[in-house]
Order: sequence, then C-alpha cells, then structure tokens
Amino acid sequence: MNANEFDVIIIGGGITGAGTQRDCAMRGLRTLLVERSDIATGATGRNHGLLHSGARYAVNDPESARECIEENMILRRIAAHCIDETDGLFITLPEDDLAYQARFVEACKRAGIAAEVIDPSEARRLEPSVNPELIGAVKVPDGSVDPFRLCAANMLDAKLHGGQVRLYTEVTGFIREGNTLKGIHTRHLQSGEEADFYAPVIVNACGIWGHHIAEMAGIKIGMYPAKGALLIFAHRVNNVVINRCRKPSNADILVPGDTVCVIGTTSTHIPFEECDNVAVTPDEVNLLITEGVKLAPSLSSTRILRAYAGVRPLVSADDDPTGRNISRGIVCLDHEVRDGLKGFVTITGGKLMTYRLMAEMATDLVCKKLGVDKACETAATPLPGSEESSYEAVAKKIWEAPSTAQKAMASRLGTRASRIRNNTPYDDALICECEEVSVGEINAAIEQMDVSTLTDLRRRTRIGMGTCQGEFCACRAASLLAKAHGCVEKERADLANFLNERWKGNYPISWGDTLREAEYTQWVYKHVLGL
Amino acid sequence: MKLQEITQSKYNFEECMKCTVCTAYCPVLQVNPLYPGPKQAGPDGERLRLKDPYFFNYALKYCLNCKRCEVACPSGVNVADLIQAARIKYEHTQPKLRDQILASTDFMGKLARPFAPIVNRVTGLGITKTALDAMLKIDRQRTFPKYSASSFEFWLRHREKEQSAFPEKVAYFHGCYVNYNYPKLGKDLVKVLNALGVGVELLEKEKCCGIAMITNGMSDKATRNAVHNVEVLRKAVVDKGLKVVTTSSTCSLTLRDEYPHLLNVDNADVRDSILVASRFIFEKLEKGATLKFRPDFHRKIAYHTPCHMEKMGWGVFSEKLLRMIPGVEFTLLDSACCGIAGTYGFKKENYAASQAIGAPLFDQIRSVNPDLVACDCETCKWQIEMSTGYPVANPISILADALETEK
Repeated sequence: MNANEFDVIIIGGGITGAGTQRDCAMRGLRTLLVERSDIATGATGRNHGLLHSGARYAVNDPESARECIEENMILRRIAAHCIDETDGLFITLPEDDLAYQARFVEACKRAGIAAEVIDPSEARRLEPSVNPELIGAVKVPDGSVDPFRLCAANMLDAKLHGGQVRLYTEVTGFIREGNTLKGIHTRHLQSGEEADFYAPVIVNACGIWGHHIAEMAGIKIGMYPAKGALLIFAHRVNNVVINRCRKPSNADILVPGDTVCVIGTTSTHIPFEECDNVAVTPDEVNLLITEGVKLAPSLSSTRILRAYAGVRPLVSADDDPTGRNISRGIVCLDHEVRDGLKGFVTITGGKLMTYRLMAEMATDLVCKKLGVDKACETAATPLPGSEESSYEAVAKKIWEAPSTAQKAMASRLGTRASRIRNNTPYDDALICECEEVSVGEINAAIEQMDVSTLTDLRRRTRIGMGTCQGEFCACRAASLLAKAHGCVEKERADLANFLNERWKGNYPISWGDTLREAEYTQWVYKHVLGL
Repeated sequence: MKLQEITQSKYNFEECMKCTVCTAYCPVLQVNPLYPGPKQAGPDGERLRLKDPYFFNYALKYCLNCKRCEVACPSGVNVADLIQAARIKYEHTQPKLRDQILASTDFMGKLARPFAPIVNRVTGLGITKTALDAMLKIDRQRTFPKYSASSFEFWLRHREKEQSAFPEKVAYFHGCYVNYNYPKLGKDLVKVLNALGVGVELLEKEKCCGIAMITNGMSDKATRNAVHNVEVLRKAVVDKGLKVVTTSSTCSLTLRDEYPHLLNVDNADVRDSILVASRFIFEKLEKGATLKFRPDFHRKIAYHTPCHMEKMGWGVFSEKLLRMIPGVEFTLLDSACCGIAGTYGFKKENYAASQAIGAPLFDQIRSVNPDLVACDCETCKWQIEMSTGYPVANPISILADALETEK
C-alpha cells in the first residue's frame, strides 16, 4: 500500500476530528487527519470550556442532558489532566421564578444528573463570589475542561497509534469515481504544495465548515451557524461554575478555567460568509458584563482580558431565529444511505462535551463500512497525560519539592510532565511568566506537537494567554521557534501576526488596565524591538 | 450604561503590567536564586493561587518584606503585601521554636530583663552561640542585642508628673527594643521633645507591634496584638487628640499599614496620627519651633534610609533634621537594604544571603568612613554595627547629643 493511502481520512482538526482519529487509530485503522488551519481553531477552542453536567439541557433537551452526564463521568476518568472538577451551581435570583427550580431538579434526576438543592447561605459559602441576593441554589457536577489540551491529547494519542496529522492542509476537492468518494485533493497553505490522499472512507468533522465540505461533495446539510460571544476575565473570580436556574438564555454561565474565568454566551444567527471572521460587538460586550454581574457582582470591577466568539455547528431542525431551541444533539450522517454517496460520513452537531461519543458513533460507522469488528475503548483508556488523577499526584512522583512553575507544568501536561527536559537552568527558565511555562516545555511542544506558528504554540502551552497577552513571552518563544525552524525572517512576521491576533481579542474591551498593557506591549515591540 | 469604570483587585495585583521593575529592585533575588522574585511570587503567583492553593510556593519565605518592590512599582501594586498575605493564608507549617523565640520580642524582653547582666554575658559567649546555632539554627556569627536591666516604661512612669506639666503632649509607642534593650533612645526622644516644649506620655499599655510575628507565621498572635494596640492608640488619638510617635520605622509601618493590609485590623481613625518622631519634630520646626545646638558638636555622619522608611517616603525628614545640626558633615548613603530584615538575618539559612545583600552598603560605609552611621531602625543598627564595626545611632539620639542643655 502506498504512503498516501489510508483506511480513513478525517477532515477537521477540532475536537470531533481529533477524537474520531483517536478512536479509529485505537481500533487499528490507518488514519490521516487533515486540517486547513491549526488544531482547535473553530468552535472547539471558542467556547466556555464548560464540562457540562447536562443540567443546562435537562428541561428542554433530556437526550443531550443524558449524553452530557455520561460523557462528563467518562471524561473525568480518561482526561483527568484536561479537567478541573469544580462542581457547579444553578442559582435563582429574585427576578427569576423559583418554581422553575423544582422542574429543573426533577428533569436533572430523570436524566441521571445528581442535582442537590442547597441553601443560599451554603451556596455563598461554597462560592463566595456568587450574587449574595440569590434566593435558591442547586449543586450539580459541572466542571471545566481545557479544550486545547483535550484536542491535542486526542491527536497525540492518535499519532501514538500510528495516525498521521497534516495541519495547514486544505481540502481543495474530492477524488470521485461515480457515486463513490475515493480520496481528497489537498494544498498545504504555507508551502503551497499539493497532494492527493486516498481512503475508502472520508469523515467530515469540520463543525460549521462541514457545510462547505459537504457541498464540495455535492451534498446539502442544513446547518445553522449560531455565533456565541464570550469574555475572559484576568483571574478566577469563582472556583465553582455559576449558572442561572432558568430557561437557557444569554450570558448565564460563568466558568472558572485554568487561571481565568469566562462569561458567556450570546447567540446570534450569522451568515456563512462571516464564520471565518467573527468579531465581538460592543452590544455583546455590554450584554455579557450586565448579565455576568448578576451571577458574580465582582465582575463589574474585574479586569477583562479578552473577548472572543465562536460559531456553533447546529443542524437546523426548524426555523427558530435564535438557534436556542435547536437540539444540541449529535448528527451522524451516512451519506451512502442518505444521499447515495459511498465512502462519506459527516459527524456534526453535538458539543465539546460529547466529542467522544460523537467519535465513537462516527468510528462505529467507519468500521461497519470497512468491515472491521473491534469494540470502542476510548471510554476506558486514559488519554496520554491522564494516567494520574490529579496534578498533585503527578508532581509528587516527579519532584521532591516542586516549584510553582513545576506544579503549573504538571497541571498542563499531566504525567507527560516527566518527559520535559529540565537538566539545566536554561531548560527551567521561564518563557511565559504569567502562566509559568518553561523553555523545556516550549521546546517539547515544538518538537512533538506540530507547531508552526506562535499561535499554534499558544494553543498547546498557554503562552500568551495570561495577563500580559504575549508582552514578554512572545518574543522569547519566537526565538525558540526561529531556532527550531531555522528562519529568523519568517519568525519576525509570525511574531507580528501573533501580537495582532492578541490585539484582536483585546480590542473589544480595550479600556483600563488591558488598554494600558496593550499600549505597553506596543512600546516594547514597536519602539524597542522595532517590529 | 456605565460599565467597568474602575477595575479593582486585592492588593491591586491586576494592575501589574509585568514591567518587572520590582524584580530589578528586589535585594533577595540578586543573591538567592531559590527566591522566585516579587513579580513571580506576587501578582503572577496570585493568579495560580486563586486557582488552587496548591500552587503556593514555600520559597516565598525568602521574601524580606523590605517593600522595595512596592516602592519601585509604577502601577501601585502592593507586591510585598501580596506575598506576605499569601504566606499568612497558605503557609500552614507550624512556626519553628526558633522562629517563635525570635518573633516574641516582647516576651523575651520581659523574661530577660531581671537577669539582664547574666543574659547579656551568656548570649555573648562563643559557646552559647555555638549551641544556639546547632540547636536552633540561629547563626553563630550574629551578635545579639543586649538587654537592659530596667525598662523604659519604668523610667518614664517615674517622670509622669514632670511630663504632664508640658503644654503640649504626644504619646510614644516605644516598641520592644526601646523598652527592653535600649531605653536610652527613648530617653533621648524625651530630651528632644521636651526641648521643643512637648511632654511625652506612654500609651495605656502597648504590646509588640507584631511585625516579627507576621513574618514568622504567627499572624494570629500578631492580630491579637494589633487589635489591642489599635484600641490603646484610639484612646490616645481619638479620645485625647494626641499624635503618636515612634523611634522605629518598622513599628510605624506596621501600625499604619500592615495592620489593615495584612491583618485586616481597621486603623483608619488613628493611622494618620502615627508618625516616626523625626517627621513630628521636623514639622514642629517647620512651624517655627527652635532647637539650640552645642557649638562644639562635630560629627561626620552617614545616613542609611531603612527600607520601611523608604516605603513611607519619610527618610527625607531624618535627613533634613541631621543636616540642620551645625557641625554635622552629612552623607546620604545610597538606597539599599542592609539585609537583616528583622529576624530574617538571624536565621542560619539566611545568614549568607543577608550579608551578601548588605555588602554594597557596608562597602560604601567603609569608603565614607564616618564617625557615626545614622539610621531609624534597630535591626539595621545591629546589622551595620556587626558587619562594619562603625557605631550606629538613631537620628533622634544624634539630635539629643547635639542639643545645648541649659543646665
């Protein structure tokens, strides 16, 4: 068999594609994943990072709720280093109807979600930042999940099982024989190099962009792009997820994730042309702050780090203009059955939370088509890095008295932290001081995780995600990338791109300390470094 | 809609622009690579600690609490407060016996006073130092402050009548050092203030300001002292309308700022009335009071600004007072930490760092070669005397020596 022939090609480097590749690879298939940009650049990396308990969907969408709680429990086992078991609160405010709480708890119970009504005073004790005026609270097993880490870990495991990953590789067309897809034409977006790859099954796991990929194969999927905007605050205001106990609405979830917390979201239908470049509007920022303050009043005076937006890949079921009533359910399409096109599968809908289940469904279908009879093991096998249940356990095994930087590394890499070079003071030197990322960790990411730009590096290591937004780490990391890639000129351009990308997220909330910091960053890069 | 007019965070940690000036000014970082530095230990570490107290780093104990990072910060971040507050909140190890002894300046003073001559001889013996070094890890190279056989409080109480005759009065927070080790400084203050027509009275019953307890993991005890002290300060300031002076820059800083910032003890109604004596005296002179100096007083004096004096921005008052004395040849030493930081330098593990931090200051003193080093902090005095051999005196004592006495 030729090097460009595979059992299955997966299009899309988000969490669904990465999860599907892992599952397929674990079942012994030869896999190729192609992604026109970097990993987790679409909806995967542009959400709350909420490890849903399913409670949010319990009343309106019991099926999604059940999927969520089941996957929630699975992810705690297999993705420990990507997950923070924070728990969550659903609070009722004086303006909300307390009667909804009973309905909500009942629906949670039916879906198998442990929902416990607690006293408002107990809620205030559990989460001191919560709006003290709350009149009701329900505790649920929410948590937070780092989507970049989760996506990278899935892809890494796929590679450890022999999978191939090609990033910055765009699908330009399908190779088709009659009513069967045989392969794909691709073009590498950085080198311009063109290549064809062949496989008997091709999986479309492109989120909202799956609409175009399907069109390219002559198939129509009625997708519904719903934009959601979010704000990142500069530190954790809360350590427990705070939700509103009411019919799901705008800006009613505040999630603590890593060193920050995120409020969101909004929901607006947007045209397909805007999916590649979604910007957060002043109205959205206003709405997020106004509603966010109702969950945790201190948000009104907490520094905001960034604003960002993602596009949910919803599949239209009706013509609801808000997109809220469409099921977040998983859509797995066998185009042979649906459209008479052989060798093509679309996996879409769903959510970050249910990526593993989506991958399992898609892989089951792929295996059926290939005549492979092997059971799915992704629900039981930990991802690489997740072999220990906590970062404390990880750090304890590696270091006698870990420093904050070492503890932070253990929290990002899990058990893989033990592989990071730290023989010399240079390896231990910090590139990113906000998130405490060392030279050793950056170099390991460059060597093992398909990094071509600083933005790619950010998704894998958190550099540039802290309060300074790349002010100090960007130039240091750029020097390591330039060294690894052997090209200083290219890296200069990359550095400028990276800083512009950081500014894009600062711009909608550019006031106060964030503006000061951005101004300072500009002095450093423009006036001192002459960029 | 008015959104986010101001952003606030505890100790202003989110105002940090990561400029790293604090790190450049940190005396510890220059000599001890185990210390993460003020930016890492302060605002950067805080974000991780808010995520999980697990990210607390025990290397924060190397912080001197000199507050130079706060003086340097152009963004108003209370870096040292962040570090000390984190230590109070997350450092759950029981303070060692050694640290408890070092921190209990008040208790040790009471204990030693009746036996002062014996205690002083014993603590000066090589064998005692060797034993303390081996058993308690108090560095043998340290010189211990001597104890006084009679307390300052005792002395002043016998002069109550005479002091109350003055038309104007101040209350004096003498601190442990003046009371148990060196009452002469208190007597010097009384002499100078009396010369200005101001009588001195004691607070109702002051306790140790507690700074050594704060930095040695005994914040509960420090808080009890703070609550008590604010209560007696209130009686002087609010009830009697008095100013309260100190002759220790660190006691002043603790009473004024550490109480509300680190111990959550509200002192808003008394804070502004607590002054280092040199500021109080300077302000009196500004308003027209005069002091008469001996014509035969000649001294070459080098003034060292203690870190906590720098933090309050008050070094200038001591400097001006000393410059005012005819016959004083004045040198202002470069702003630098002497390295002792209260009890810090006494600990065996910190001795080398402590001396390395102070080295540039010691060198400068040697090259100036003064008759006397002036400084408002007792622990700086011990450090400089031990490390350079030059005598060190509080500016108030120098002032007292220079006064023309009528008798």
